[in-house]
Amino acid sequence: MTLLEVVLRAVAALAAFLVLPLLVGQAEHKVMAHMQGRLGPMYAGGFHGWAQLVADGVKFVQKEDIVPAAADRWVFRLAPAVALVPYLVALATLPVHPGVAAVEVPGSVLLVLAATSVGALGTLMAGWSSANKYSLIGGLRAAAQLVSYELPVVLAVASVALAGGSLSLAGLVEAWSPWWLLWQLPGAVVFLVAAVAELQRPPFDMPVADAELVMGAWTEYTGLRFAFFLLAEYAGIVVMSLLFTTLWLGGWHGPFSDALGWLWFLLKGFVVSLVVVWVRVAWPRLREDQLQRMAWLWLVPLALGQLLLTGVGVVVGW
Amino acid sequence: MTALDTAFAASAVLAVLGGLFAVTTRHVVHAALWLVVALLGVAGALLVLGAELVALVLVLVYVGAVVVLVLFALMLTRAPIGPDRAHAVGPWRAAGAALLGLATAGLLASVLVPLADGTVRRADVSTTQVAGQLFGTWVWPFELLSLLLLAALVGGLAVARGPADDDPATGVRP
Repeated sequence: MTLLEVVLRAVAALAAFLVLPLLVGQAEHKVMAHMQGRLGPMYAGGFHGWAQLVADGVKFVQKEDIVPAAADRWVFRLAPAVALVPYLVALATLPVHPGVAAVEVPGSVLLVLAATSVGALGTLMAGWSSANKYSLIGGLRAAAQLVSYELPVVLAVASVALAGGSLSLAGLVEAWSPWWLLWQLPGAVVFLVAAVAELQRPPFDMPVADAELVMGAWTEYTGLRFAFFLLAEYAGIVVMSLLFTTLWLGGWHGPFSDALGWLWFLLKGFVVSLVVVWVRVAWPRLREDQLQRMAWLWLVPLALGQLLLTGVGVVVGW
Repeated sequence: MTALDTAFAASAVLAVLGGLFAVTTRHVVHAALWLVVALLGVAGALLVLGAELVALVLVLVYVGAVVVLVLFALMLTRAPIGPDRAHAVGPWRAAGAALLGLATAGLLASVLVPLADGTVRRADVSTTQVAGQLFGTWVWPFELLSLLLLAALVGGLAVARGPADDDPATGVRP
């Protein structure tokens, strides 16, 4: 691999990282508005408010960057970067097209999971270092939630890795067959629910619960650092949706996948991220104990059952 | 020095520095965060050595779960912003800890440095081989260990719940 190729791959991954979350964000603005009988942003940019997020970005850049006097300065300033950068790493490993991924590594399934789990530290750092009781409670809730939902995510992904007999995302997409849609269905449901919870999106947004905790761990953040947290959330939606597409919906599989594989991959991912938005509109926020109960009494046993089913399937040779 | 050597050295320096800061800082949450740096350094070193499974599982389990749990416990109890003077150890204990650390490092160095001249071949162990060993040859010790952890978990739960009849004044039922 030449230096030029390395640079090209890195730039492509960075471009996807900067564009796709904005697309999902804009889609959320409009789709959520229409689900609630509103129009959403209509003025910025002219046509149906397409430039709303760009305008938001310009606004965030202009705002003053405030660090509270009592805050732990370094941790406070570092937290948005810790939340954001791991998603870039995760996004770069996803196979876009037959034989094409920005970074191809043997254990990419584990790499994506490890990266997203590092990103979660950003919220905890923000919650603790802000010297604000709302932030601290938000950070506490986030930690409790992450510990509970890490397990179902890993178990569900392990089931697919077992079925495909590989730890590389590209290898799993190669091994995928439409039969998995049924065979791996319980694991898919578990992953989707747990992924929304890992992203701390409604109905699992107790860590930010704006009616109780102002903005949770992000309460004290302003300007660009706050925008980075928002970008991390949308990048998280993109990564989780594309990961779901890769593992359960067959990634680039589709008609004419030799030429149009990337299109199927992106389209499927976009549909999954619309489901994530839909879930936000459709369900009210759970309570903290309901959240824990759901993780341990429903998702973990379901994921273990799926793992058993997959094991039986692999041994019998379905 | 090849690129791999450089990457290994950088990861090792990161791990050692992270570890040093983790034990010397007076900020208890900073210690947990420096531990993350040290773990990432170790994971990087393992990655360079070709053990990507171990490296990634290290990050997934230790950074993603154990450090999150540590931070949770700290936030739940007492995690002051700023240095924690109340739990500072005296100079003698600090000197003793430093001496012990240096002795261990010296012992390890005296064993490992003579092997650094290339007499030891690096073995490429694939994930499949590790899995075969773990679930074939070593399956019973592995299962026994998980049973031990399960027993510890149940024991922890039993201790946390306390005796069956709780204080009637508070009306708290376990």
